[in-house]
This record gives sequence, structure tokens and C-alpha cells, in this order.
Amino acid sequence: MRQSTDGVIVLRVSVNGESRSAEVSPGVSLLTALREQFGLPGAKNACEQGECGSCTVYLDGDPVCSCLVAAAQAEGRQVRTVEGLAGAGGPAAQDAVQRAFLACGAVQCGFCTPGLVVAVHDLVHRTAENHSEDLDDATIREALAGNLCRCTGYEKIIEAVRQAAADVRSEHRSQRPGQVAA
Amino acid sequence: MEFLAPADWAEAVQAKAAHPEAVPIAGGTDVMVELNFDLRRPTALLDLGRVAELRDWEVREGVVRIGAAVTFARLLRADLAGRLPALAMAARTVGSPQIRNRATVGGNLGTASPAGDAHPALLATGAVVEAESVRGPRLIPIAEFFTGVKRSALAPDELIKAVSIPEAAGPQQFAKVGSRNAMVIAVCSLSLALDPDRRTVGTGIGSAGPTPVTAPAAERFLAEELDWDRLTVSAGAAMRFGRLVAQAASPIDDVRGTAAYRRHALAVLAVRTLHWTSRREQVPV
Repeated sequence: MRQSTDGVIVLRVSVNGESRSAEVSPGVSLLTALREQFGLPGAKNACEQGECGSCTVYLDGDPVCSCLVAAAQAEGRQVRTVEGLAGAGGPAAQDAVQRAFLACGAVQCGFCTPGLVVAVHDLVHRTAENHSEDLDDATIREALAGNLCRCTGYEKIIEAVRQAAADVRSEHRSQRPGQVAA
Repeated sequence: MEFLAPADWAEAVQAKAAHPEAVPIAGGTDVMVELNFDLRRPTALLDLGRVAELRDWEVREGVVRIGAAVTFARLLRADLAGRLPALAMAARTVGSPQIRNRATVGGNLGTASPAGDAHPALLATGAVVEAESVRGPRLIPIAEFFTGVKRSALAPDELIKAVSIPEAAGPQQFAKVGSRNAMVIAVCSLSLALDPDRRTVGTGIGSAGPTPVTAPAAERFLAEELDWDRLTVSAGAAMRFGRLVAQAASPIDDVRGTAAYRRHALAVLAVRTLHWTSRREQVPV
């Protein structure tokens, strides 16, 4: 059985495709480890109780609140943070969701943005993979119910989701030239 | 604080016996909140996240056995939601997508909050909790599981392994009152399960007393009054059913609502869920 010694445990985890390791305390959250030990401050620390979604990251492909995952639980797993969505090379390498947020003005103070970008990334990619055409407002709102924004009133964010969904859908189509659109 | 990460169920049970004070953690959506706010400083965390068998589920002889670490997101997929509609409806009201991706049925039971969203559905469907320790396995009927506010029938050396629920034989419903559709701790909640083959009614009331409870008098009354072929009742009988459900609760005034409001809302939810079942309306999940 893997266990800590004197209140410390070694964590080995893949973060944005890179193998990382750190010594963590058992009660420390993945969010804290990402920000303070792995130097990835994209995921934000706000409510620390899973209410706000500002700390959303992918854990083995599922969006989760990293404040509610014990860092030691991520041993051997794949974490993808907002920093891991864009390729290298500045604005040109931004992810479709990031581009849509900028284009639609879905950002005001920006604190909720990284968490929303990850949640929206999951939503639009899942929708595109399922070849589901309709992303209606109710579906978008339910999918983003765990991400609070206190500035925008959400309208611009929902606009950005629609924009990103359209862009990702056409990316998916162009990657599968043999496929006929539904 | 120490961290124990058993690789399988046998190791987990042994670790719990050796460290009965260790707090089990699966999805972490309850435990981590307490740690983040320093509300609790356990001497050890027992991580059940690596115990693969806890994430399995199976159907045997009409009973669905769900591993303790099956997530609420998993319960929403058609294979399980079709068999356990009340639990799936309850699952959809748990937190947010991020929370449902981590939060587990076993964790909901282990926390044993009066407001746990799974509890009314588990009560209404007559679930059985499977606990295990080095002393052996033990089956705990759900109605005997909750013993007080955040207290359960689990012994200090026991872990929740699975929960077994009969496949739905008839319409089931779940309804929850809160200030939003998401991220809400129930003000009160109600689940209703009809079994037209056995002509029995199951109920489960959440967040309206120190523990989730059933409403046995309401169940007996409705079983008598219901036209089992059409699944309808008279308007008067529906109102009486609502009052009997409300009477089964023992709510208090707190930050989320008053006792009087909770009783009133439960009667409304009872009539409403009954109306939905008699129209054979299934809320899409």
C-alpha cells in the first residue's frame, strides 16, 4: 500500500503531458499543488468548496474542481490545466475556446475565465465528438452551472460557447473529410 | 495527517481496521471542503480512489449493485439511469458537472447528511447498503443506515462497499426544492417509487429532519387509494397523501428555510411527484 511518511507523500502526476513530481502533505488540494508547487497559477483559488468552478481542470479527461481533489489522489493520473489547452506560439496557438472568449468579449475581470474555459472546452469537444448539432441555451447553462461569473451576466459567455462550438465542430469535420455532416 | 492509498479492496479493509480513525475519501467533494476550511483534522485519509472494484456495477436477478465509488455522473448515463430513474433524477441535481464527475454514491452515504441528494431515492427504492470490515461483510437496509445528523450505522472499522437497488418496476420520481437548479443543498426533497407488480409505494424525504426518512403512513394510504391499472388517484386522495408525507417529516428552522415552509413544500412535492408518475411522465435525464 502506498502511504505517506511523517505527513509527506511523493506525488507523481502527468501535468499537461509532462511528468511532474512533488512532495505534498496529505490534506493539500490538487489546486494548491498546481499553483504553488508546479508553478501553474491558471486554475484559480476562490471558494475552496466546489461552488465557483474557478479551479476547474481536467483529471483523466473529466473536468473537476481541483480544490476538492487531494493532491495525493492524483498519483499516476493525467491532469490538464488551462495552461495546457493552448499550443506554444502566442495568440495564434490559442484554443478555439480561448479565441471565442476574446472575440465575444466574454471576459471582464477574468478571475472565473480559466475555469470557464476548461468547462466550455469539455462541453464543446464532447458535443462535437457526439456529433450533436444543437447546443441550446438550457444545455449550455446546465453544463456551466458549476462556474460562477460575477461580472458578465453570462450572456457574452454563452455567445462565446456558441462560437467555440461552431469552430470546434468545423475543426472536427475538417479532420474527418470522409464524413458527411448530419 | 497521513495518507493511506490501498491498491485494492482487501488492502482498504485492512487499512481501515488498522486505522479506524482514518477518514475515507473517494471523490473528495465533502471531505476536502472540511479540510480546506480546517473544520476537521483527521489523523489520516484513506483514499479509495485506486480501488477499481468500487467503480463497478452489475445487474443480477433484477437488482442493480452499484460500487461505492460509482459517480453521480455515471448514474446519469442511460444504462444505469434507465434502471434506476429516481436515483438518476437525484444525481442530476447534485452540485454541478464538476462535482458529479467526482462525487460518489458511497461518499454521499458515508457523509450521511440529512440533505444528501441520493438518500430519498435510496429510501424510496428500498436500497441495501453493503458494508465490510475485516470481521466480514454486513448488509444494512437503507432505512436503518441513517442514525443521526451525519451519523450512520457504520462501525469505525467498516467501509461502504456497494449499494444494491431493485431495478425500477414502475414510475419513479425525485424532486428537490432550492434556490437554484444547481449547486444547491436541498431545502427539502422527496422521492416517490411505485411498484405496480407488488402494488407498493416507496417514499423518501430529505433535508426535513435529523435523518432522511420514509413516510410509511403515506405509503400505505397511497397503495390503498391508487388505481394501480391507470396509476391515478382522486384529487382529494392526492392532497391527503401530501399531508401524510409532510407529517412524516420533522423539520427545523435553519438558514435554508423554516420548518413550516419545509412541511408545506413537502406536501406540494408529494402531490407534484404523484401527478408526474400518474401521467407516466419521466423527467428526461
